[in-house]
Amino acid sequence: MHNVISLLLRRMRLPLIILISTYAISVVGLTLMPGIDDQGNPWRMDFFHAIYFVSFLGSTIGFGEIPYPFTGAQRMWTTFSIYAAVVSWLYAIGTILTVIQDQGFRRVLASSSFARKVRRMQEPFYILCGYGDASRLLVRELSGHGIHCVVVEKDQEKILDLAVEDLLDYVPGLSEDATNSDTLIAAGLNRPNCRGVIALTGDDHSNLTIAITSKLLAPDVQVICQSDSKDSAANMDSFGTDHIIDPFEIFASRFAMMFHSPGMYLVYEWMTAVHDAPLSDFKRPPTGTWVLCGFGRFGKAVRESIAIEGVKTRLIEADTEATGAPLDTVEGRGTEANTLLEADIQNAAGVIAGTDNDANNLSVLITARYLNPGLFTVARQNQQKKDPIFRAADIDLIMQPGTIVAQHILGLILAPLLGDFFRLTLNQNEEWANLLVSRIAGVVAEVTPETWELEISPRQAPAVSGCLIRRDKVLLKDICSNPKNRSELLPCVPLLIKRDGECMLLPDTEECLQSGDQILFCGRQESTYQMRYIVNDHQALDYIQTGVDRPSGTVWRWITNY
Amino acid sequence: MNLEKVIFAFFSILALTLNYGFFVGELDDITHHNVYELFAALIVSLIATIMKFGDRAHMGALLLATSLVADLQLIAAAMVWGYVVYVAESPLEPSVMSSIVSLSGGALLANLTSVILLVVETVTFRR
Repeated sequence: MHNVISLLLRRMRLPLIILISTYAISVVGLTLMPGIDDQGNPWRMDFFHAIYFVSFLGSTIGFGEIPYPFTGAQRMWTTFSIYAAVVSWLYAIGTILTVIQDQGFRRVLASSSFARKVRRMQEPFYILCGYGDASRLLVRELSGHGIHCVVVEKDQEKILDLAVEDLLDYVPGLSEDATNSDTLIAAGLNRPNCRGVIALTGDDHSNLTIAITSKLLAPDVQVICQSDSKDSAANMDSFGTDHIIDPFEIFASRFAMMFHSPGMYLVYEWMTAVHDAPLSDFKRPPTGTWVLCGFGRFGKAVRESIAIEGVKTRLIEADTEATGAPLDTVEGRGTEANTLLEADIQNAAGVIAGTDNDANNLSVLITARYLNPGLFTVARQNQQKKDPIFRAADIDLIMQPGTIVAQHILGLILAPLLGDFFRLTLNQNEEWANLLVSRIAGVVAEVTPETWELEISPRQAPAVSGCLIRRDKVLLKDICSNPKNRSELLPCVPLLIKRDGECMLLPDTEECLQSGDQILFCGRQESTYQMRYIVNDHQALDYIQTGVDRPSGTVWRWITNY
Repeated sequence: MNLEKVIFAFFSILALTLNYGFFVGELDDITHHNVYELFAALIVSLIATIMKFGDRAHMGALLLATSLVADLQLIAAAMVWGYVVYVAESPLEPSVMSSIVSLSGGALLANLTSVILLVVETVTFRR
C-alpha cells in the first residue's frame, strides 16, 4: 500500500505545483489590481478576500464580485484567473485519471492488494502456481472442501477467469511470474500457515524452478510438482520435492491395470474421482495388437506399461527421428486411412490416439472406427474445453491430463492415507479387489464414493477420545453405526487403519480403536457428516454403545435414576 | 548534475530566504513585516513540500517532514492574521503581530533544518 501512495504522489508532483502556482499568482494579482469601494475611494483587495474570491472562482462556482463591484482592471485579471485555474484543474484531474488507468499503476495496486489478502489469511492455505485445466479443477474441489488456496498465474486473462469463477471460497489471484522468488514470497511462501506449493505451470522448467525456490526458502513446506518427463522428475526428486506427478505415467499404469485386474482399476478410479462424478461404467480392453498413434511422452509411457501386460503395439508417428521411434513404425499422422491401413488397423484390437493435438486425435479415432467398427478406442484429450466434442465422439476411454493431475493432488491433500492404501493394494490379488468393489458398490448409490480420514484425537474425535481416556472400549463398528438407529451401519467402508506407523488393510469392524489411530474411510457423502456427529457427541456415542438414549442434564439423569 | 536536486535546492533556499525576510525586524512592529512576503514564503514552502512527495529515500522523507513543519507554521501565522483582522475585526495590535512573527520564526527554524540537511546530503554525496 505504501508503494501505491508514493507512486501516486510522485506522479502528482507537477500538477500540484502548477495548481498552487496558479492560485498564488491569481491571489497576488487580485491584491494588486486597483479597485474602488462603495464610497468611490481607491481600494485594493486584501489577501483574505482575494483567497476567498479565487477559491470560488477556481472551482467555477461564482458568487459575484465582492465586497464591492469590480473595476475594469480587476475584471480583466479575474478573466485571466478563471482560465488559468480551469486549465490547471483539468490538468490535475486528467493526471489522476491517467495514473489510475496506467497499467503499471494497476499492477502495483493489484499486487499490493493480493499481498494484503494473503497476509490476512489466518487458516492453512496452498499456493497454486499456474491456472490451467488441472488447477481450475483443483481450485474448485479444494474450495468445495473448505481448503484455502491462492493462485499465481503469468497470464492476466486466466486470472480474470479465476475472478469470475463461481467458487465457495474466495481465492485471491495474482498475475505474476511464479518462477520469481519475490512473487512466491508475496503469495505467502514464508508464512507459517502456508501448507504447500503446487506447481502446475504446464512447463517443466518453470515447475522445477518453483520447486527449488520453495524448497530453499521454506524447507518445511510441502511441494507438489507436475512433471511431464523423467529427466525433470529425477531432477525434482533430487532436492526433495515431496510429490512429483507425471500424468502420462499415472495413466499408463492405470491403463495397464485395466488389462490384468479391472477390479483394482475400479478401486483406483473411484477412490480418486472428483466430487459427485457419476460412477464410471467399465469396459475391459481386449488383449491383442493395438495401434498407437503418437510416440511422444504419452505414447512411450503407454507402450512401455502395456508391453508388460503382453499387449503388442504398432506405432504410427509423424516424426520418427525426433521421437526415436522403433524401425517398424509407420510414418504418418494416422489421420488418413492409408497410414492406418498400413498399421493393419483392420486386425487390431484397439486404437490409442495419443498425439498432443486434440483435433488430430479425434480424426484418428473416427477414421479408425470407420475402418474397423469393433475397435476399443482410447483418446488423449489435451484441453478441458473440448469436453463436449470428446463426449459426443463416444470414446471408450478418455485420458485428460488435467483431471488426472487434479485428482491425484486432491488425494494427496485430502486423504494422505490413500497413498498407503494404494501401496498395500498392490500386493493383493484380483479376487480381493473384486470383493472390495462389490462392497463399495453396495454402499454407494449412483455417484462415486467420497473418501475421508479420521484421526482418533481429542481435536478430531473428542467423544471417542473421552471414552478411551476412561478406558472404555470403542469398536470400529461403533463409529460406523447410524446415530438414529444403532442396528444399522452407515453406508461406508473402513479401508485402512494406521496405528504407530503400521497399516491394517480393510480392518475388521470389531477392531478396538486406540488413541492416535488414523482411519481411512470411503462411502456415501452423508455418512461423513453422521460419523463426525458420533465422534463429537458423547451422547450419540453412548446411545450406539449401550442402546439407551440417556438424558444429558443432571436433573433429568437424577430423575431417571431415581 | 541532477536537475531535480537543483530545483529542489532552489525552492528550499528560496523558502528560507523569504521566510527570513519576513521574520527580520522588530517583533511587534507592523511596518517591519510585509504581508506579501509571508504569502510568498508560504507558497514557495508548499512547492518545496510537493517536490518531496513520493520520495522513498530516508533523506527525502526527512526533508518532506521538515518542510511540512514549515508549512504548518506559516499557515498558522497566516490564519492568525486573517482571523484577527477579518473575523474578530480588531486592529492589528503589536501583540498579535509578535505572535504572527514568532510563528514564522518557527517556520524559519524548520526551513533552516531543511537547508542544513540538504547541505549534509550534498557533502556526503560521492560518485
